[in-house]
Amino acid sequence: METIKNHFFSDIGVMLGRSMRHISHSMDTIITVTIMPIMFMLLFVYVFGGAIQTGTDNYVNYLLPGILLIAIASGITYTAYRLFLDMRSGIFERFHSMPIARSAPLWGHVLTSLVSNAISVVVIILVALIMGFRSSAGILSWLAVAGILALFTLALTWIAVIAGLSAKSVDGVGAFSYPLIFLPFISSAFVPTASMPSVVRAFAENQPVTYLVEAMRSLLAGQSVGNDIGVALAWCLGIMIVAYLFAMRTYKQKAA
Amino acid sequence: MQNNSIQVKGLQKSYKQLHVLKGIDFEVETGSIFALLGSNGAGKTTIIKILTTLLKHDGGTAAVNGFDVASKPANVQQSISLTGQFAAVDEILTGRENLVMIARLRHLQNPRQLADNLLKRFGLTDAADRRVSTYSGGMRRRLDIAMSLIGKPRLIFLDEPTTGLDPEARIEVWKMVKELAESGTTVFLTTQNLEEAEQLADRIAILHDGKIIVNGTLEELKKLFPPAKVEYVEKQLTLEEIFLAIIGKKGE
Repeated sequence: METIKNHFFSDIGVMLGRSMRHISHSMDTIITVTIMPIMFMLLFVYVFGGAIQTGTDNYVNYLLPGILLIAIASGITYTAYRLFLDMRSGIFERFHSMPIARSAPLWGHVLTSLVSNAISVVVIILVALIMGFRSSAGILSWLAVAGILALFTLALTWIAVIAGLSAKSVDGVGAFSYPLIFLPFISSAFVPTASMPSVVRAFAENQPVTYLVEAMRSLLAGQSVGNDIGVALAWCLGIMIVAYLFAMRTYKQKAA
Repeated sequence: MQNNSIQVKGLQKSYKQLHVLKGIDFEVETGSIFALLGSNGAGKTTIIKILTTLLKHDGGTAAVNGFDVASKPANVQQSISLTGQFAAVDEILTGRENLVMIARLRHLQNPRQLADNLLKRFGLTDAADRRVSTYSGGMRRRLDIAMSLIGKPRLIFLDEPTTGLDPEARIEVWKMVKELAESGTTVFLTTQNLEEAEQLADRIAILHDGKIIVNGTLEELKKLFPPAKVEYVEKQLTLEEIFLAIIGKKGE
């Protein structure tokens, strides 16, 4: 058993290298993941933006945090998809019959999800800069934003792992992400919640996306974040832990 | 060193209500080719999965290269390779990347050099940097087996290695399996193709209804039935012989 433990991290490294190669061999996945959020950004800034009263003069600044969350919510679909394909092909059986830690292939996918989503986030921020996004945030605030996004990615990735492991068909793999992509629309990501009818408003103001968006918006504007960030992180951590436990249980059942 | 690579005694396995293996006993001699025959769903793959540590059995014992599969899975994994029923290759990676990846996972020195040697040996050098998704079935299977040879495992499991291959590719795989055995590797293969078992195996076992009903050399199996009668029959070419003659290759 010791030999397994010794190589755990290098094995995960090989697995990460493998799925990162998948991404570099098919850059179209990065493009597909970034194109929809960029289209939303263009649409909201240049089409609807004029009619939306947010109380700020720079709507790109207002919009960007929500767009990044949408990008991650759609980006993790590929993690579920890649995992599903691995389960279907014989490659996981090969890995599992080799002297490597049983969870290494899974961790490879999870880390790949973090890296590939980070790439999409950077691409989208660059486009936003061209569209007039400006931030007065210092390095610490940027690090805090990066941390929030990483935690959000991890939380959703573990949900994606459950979907990828338990899906019965390719079509079924992506379905879980639709509500996640839709969630930012019923939050303060695009418009202030004040104009919403009371029931919708109550939902919007208390769901995690609003806390995440408000925390990032304050950080990027160089303002104090208040307790939004605490609630936001608690949501992410909670989702991540629950999803992780379910995902690991599913993995043990399916790949045992 | 024991001279049996595999020792199975009273092996049992059920999937819920379905009793698949009802007390399996057999041994595989080191350096031999052992063929397990059986119809679809007979439990051949289940036996392979148990022996390769992918599945836990319910009763009996199974030892691979002297290690109990249940209590010493890591030692078993060190000394075996599995070539599953569906080519266990990464379709998106190139052939070379696949080989390098497995060499890294086995923690070997010079993974690139190893990959180059295997690509050459399996006639895949020209296709080395193409994605596996562009490979033919035969090439994919060759790569699959090449990946299983990395780290020189003492025992290789081949689960229906020629299913879905054309005759040419099938003969190529047979040649590779024979070479493997000549170099001292033990081969455990399952097949539905009786000719395959006849061509390759030192010992043949037939799995039926959850039990091994026959186990012996081809000669022993033949003796179980009435002696051959001499009949005069016009020798007809089989379609396979015709096919191979036309495309300019000879079967063995």
